Amino acid sequence: MADPAARTPARPAALHAAPKGPPPWNNPRVRAVVFQIVALGLVVWFGWTIFNNTLTNMESRGITTGFGFLDNTAGFGILFSLIPYDESNTYGRTFVVGLLNTLLVAFLGILFATLIGFLLGVARLSSNWLIAKMALVYIEITRNIPPLLQIFFWYYAVLRTLPGPRQSLDLLGAVHLNNRGLYIPWPHPETGFWAVGVALAVAVTGAALLLRWARRRQDQTGRRFPAGWASFGLVLGLPLAVFWLTGGPVAWDLPALDGFNFKGGARLIPEFIALWAALTIYTASFIAEIVRSGIEAVSHGQTEAAQALGLKRGPALRLIIIPQALRVIIPPLTSQYLNLTKNSSLATAIGYPDLVGVFMGTTLNQTGQAVEIVAMTMAVYLTISLSIAFLMNLYNRAVTLRER
Amino acid sequence: MPATDHPAAGGETFRPLPPRPPPSSTIGPLRWARDNLFSSPLNVMLTVFGLYLAWLIVPYLVDWAILSADFTGSTWDDCPSDGACWVFVGARLDFFIYGHYPPAERWRVDIVFLLLAVVLVPQFIPRCPGRLWLGVFGLTLYPVITGALLLGGVFGLEAVETGSWGGLMLTLVLSYVGIVAALPIGILLALGRRSSMPVIRSLCVVFIELWRGVPLISVLFMASVMLPLFLPDGVNFDKLLRALIGIVMFQSAYMAEVIRGGLQGIPKGQYEAAAALGLGYWRATGLIILPQALKMVIPGIVNTFISLFKDTTLVLIIGLFDLLGTVQSSIVDPAWGPVAVEGYVFAAFCFWVFCFGMSRYSQTLERKLHTGHKR
Repeated sequence: MADPAARTPARPAALHAAPKGPPPWNNPRVRAVVFQIVALGLVVWFGWTIFNNTLTNMESRGITTGFGFLDNTAGFGILFSLIPYDESNTYGRTFVVGLLNTLLVAFLGILFATLIGFLLGVARLSSNWLIAKMALVYIEITRNIPPLLQIFFWYYAVLRTLPGPRQSLDLLGAVHLNNRGLYIPWPHPETGFWAVGVALAVAVTGAALLLRWARRRQDQTGRRFPAGWASFGLVLGLPLAVFWLTGGPVAWDLPALDGFNFKGGARLIPEFIALWAALTIYTASFIAEIVRSGIEAVSHGQTEAAQALGLKRGPALRLIIIPQALRVIIPPLTSQYLNLTKNSSLATAIGYPDLVGVFMGTTLNQTGQAVEIVAMTMAVYLTISLSIAFLMNLYNRAVTLRER
Repeated sequence: MPATDHPAAGGETFRPLPPRPPPSSTIGPLRWARDNLFSSPLNVMLTVFGLYLAWLIVPYLVDWAILSADFTGSTWDDCPSDGACWVFVGARLDFFIYGHYPPAERWRVDIVFLLLAVVLVPQFIPRCPGRLWLGVFGLTLYPVITGALLLGGVFGLEAVETGSWGGLMLTLVLSYVGIVAALPIGILLALGRRSSMPVIRSLCVVFIELWRGVPLISVLFMASVMLPLFLPDGVNFDKLLRALIGIVMFQSAYMAEVIRGGLQGIPKGQYEAAAALGLGYWRATGLIILPQALKMVIPGIVNTFISLFKDTTLVLIIGLFDLLGTVQSSIVDPAWGPVAVEGYVFAAFCFWVFCFGMSRYSQTLERKLHTGHKR
């Protein structure tokens, strides 16, 4: 028979003992630290191996390292450049030329894609059945076809099959389209044009002051002033009036057929037009869908509330619907802008000299310095993406609903 | 005896008059046209404008593509009319589908296509038996079988170099491998980005943002130019594998962001309930969190897949012949006249069918998953 008293002293001792934590291999905090050290170690080891391999490989292939190549003479021509460039310039300048070309097509693409996209998005919601369906067909066709295919189509199937300069398609005798590109008139400001610029600056300042005054007056007295129309008229009308009074100090440089080619005006190369058209058309369909869903996302109660307050359709849209729709529209819209900018790198497939085509293509082939060039190119795109993402986060923080 | 025959009415039967047709101004095509096409002066103008546009485009397209097109024959001489020369597409169809895959071995590609259909078609049919298991098969065993069949060199199959792969088959291989390999990596990255461990989290954030911030074409360039430099001497990947590595890296970053969206949508109570049941991190994640999160983001995954499918065309820039690549190399063939439009229209049609089908699928799913809060 066991004596119960014999075991009792052990119990209080166990109770008073300090509570022991789990063994270290089961302690979440210890495990987290170990896990992170291991992960970091693996990444460092991986990076180090790659770095070593690259160094050895480059040495055995006789590739030099460093950014010294940027000062060497490039020795190749570039089809299209916004800044003066010729073969005697450096590789560093090819980088700038490519970057500017990328930014040009991205900027124009974004501008037109936004215009067409908003138009299509509204058309998609139109009460007119035919218009809504036509917008739908456009959107469903263009957004489901790869952008590269669209670029090829415009370039090889449309622009390259156009007639030569002598049979080029004319618009009002001023704009000419042929297989060498699009020729448009280009304005050259003459003496006295500065007055128009000054007038524009004065008009913009005046419009800003007018808007402020109108808002203050409405806040204080409740009386409204059509400040929107007035400032619009001011900004448009004053420079035009000055332009007319000074006798139109702009000379238009018209393209004209001279021998076998056009002289004068500005020439947009077919590569640029194909890329720009395809990117605009492709991205516009995505923007249209974003705009449509943004407008649909504003709940119907908001429209009813605006009606109940006695707002007409115009002010209701401007003051109630659009601000709320924009909150939904703008974040995906920016990511479409980023996509368009990144898609502009498809230029290299048809030979438009953008950053990837010029710098990551020709310059890389000539110098062989893959690591530096790829890193620089990616850094450019990363900078654009991350800065836009940063701005987007700021915007999001500013417009998020503040709930109580 | 009819029910209307009431004795109180003296045996007389109540017969309602036959309903009169509604006035023609409230029903029928006329009313519809008035409501939907001519409801206001602006709408009348828009309708006229739309009809004018359609009148400009549609007859021209129909005439070009069907009425005056050439369908039969095998050479350029069989295309005498002004319309489309579909003969070109017919003559090159095998090349567009298989690329340079040896003709004697093309039955292997056919089996792969057939299996793909067996895996995919039930996914579109709700309540098809064995749908889930077919899906699991498609994600695990199917890629292995496909690899063995296409590459050859095992089970007495003749080995086929990846250099001769091409056409639609290559497009499908690239996008399928891209999505299947990117899914697990994307899940890990998404979990890592939401981890409480700062080192893991920052590593994942850097990885994701790095790949998402650069265009795919520069990734492909990097894979084809820089990858050989990264590897130790003697190790070499072929072009297709290098492109695949680039695509998978790129795609997994996008996938991670989609899945993170799903993870963020899981209410905190689910995590707490899992912890209260005594489940550890991996079991809670695998049994409670991921099944819910993944189900929520299936439409998002399909949408990523659509963009990947369109992006696979980019491999032609680094010298692989996908569907667009085979079309592009065929239209410059001097044996044919100007057939660029026909080639592009065919390629565009193929891509459109796949992308449109998938986007419809994802919209249906969205509608099914998004119940409630609907006006």
